[in-house]
Amino acid sequence: MTPRVTVQPKQLAAVRPWEYALRFVFGGAITVGAWLVGKHWGTAAGGLFLAFPAIMPASLTLVKHHDGRQCAIDDARGGRIATVALACFALIVATTATRWPPVLVLAVAALAWMAVAAGSWFILACGERHAGAGGADRRRRGRPTDRARARRGGAARSRR
Amino acid sequence: MLGQILLRFLIGGAVVSAFAAIGEVFSPKSFSGLFGAAPSVALASLGIAFVSQGAPSVAVAARWMLVATAAMFAYASCCIALGRRHGLPMWISAAGSWVVWFAVAGASLWWLSEAVGT
Repeated sequence: MTPRVTVQPKQLAAVRPWEYALRFVFGGAITVGAWLVGKHWGTAAGGLFLAFPAIMPASLTLVKHHDGRQCAIDDARGGRIATVALACFALIVATTATRWPPVLVLAVAALAWMAVAAGSWFILACGERHAGAGGADRRRRGRPTDRARARRGGAARSRR
Repeated sequence: MLGQILLRFLIGGAVVSAFAAIGEVFSPKSFSGLFGAAPSVALASLGIAFVSQGAPSVAVAARWMLVATAAMFAYASCCIALGRRHGLPMWISAAGSWVVWFAVAGASLWWLSEAVGT
């Protein structure tokens, strides 16, 4: 079974205006910050800030507030997967910026980001489900799981 | 100068908010979390840089952005590890992990600058 992604536009209404405002301010501030850093310390330092996790603290805090700690950790796991896609975005811009028109460069890089992020997520989610199904198969076949083995080992030790 | 700051603030804020809103509508959370590491700031900054500084500057910035993705990966990993500690508030885990980002990004900048310089 493949992992399912659902789209729930109703979720947008659950977000309060101040939460959007918080993200807007964080996003605007880090864009200005990256420019100021580049202006004072050079393009290299400014470039680093293009991959600064600007809104993740705000997002994780809000997700934890709405949906609980486990959902916030899942959100962070998604962010970690997307860094691979972010590297693809940067690589495409770095290699094509001087050769292609700006709009094409950013459009292709953004599409590549989306494709790599979603693809990586699906591959990892399928792998996790497969691993989970493997555990269920072992239990069905009567083979001991790791936890069962540990339980049995503990019981044997207590008998001794 | 003030006009530049205001323009960047508005464009950056709008792009970041748009990506955050797109992320909100997806479920499960691990998928919507992908949008937390969307190139939102990069799209806004590089779009303006194309116009104001030219393509060669954009290419250099993107190369250093590529380096910083390692720092971003370390940041997200640290968030996950600290997030599992139930006694620690999530905002402290997430904001405290910035230290890891600065450490990795700073070390990469120093090391690569030295390597290129020699």
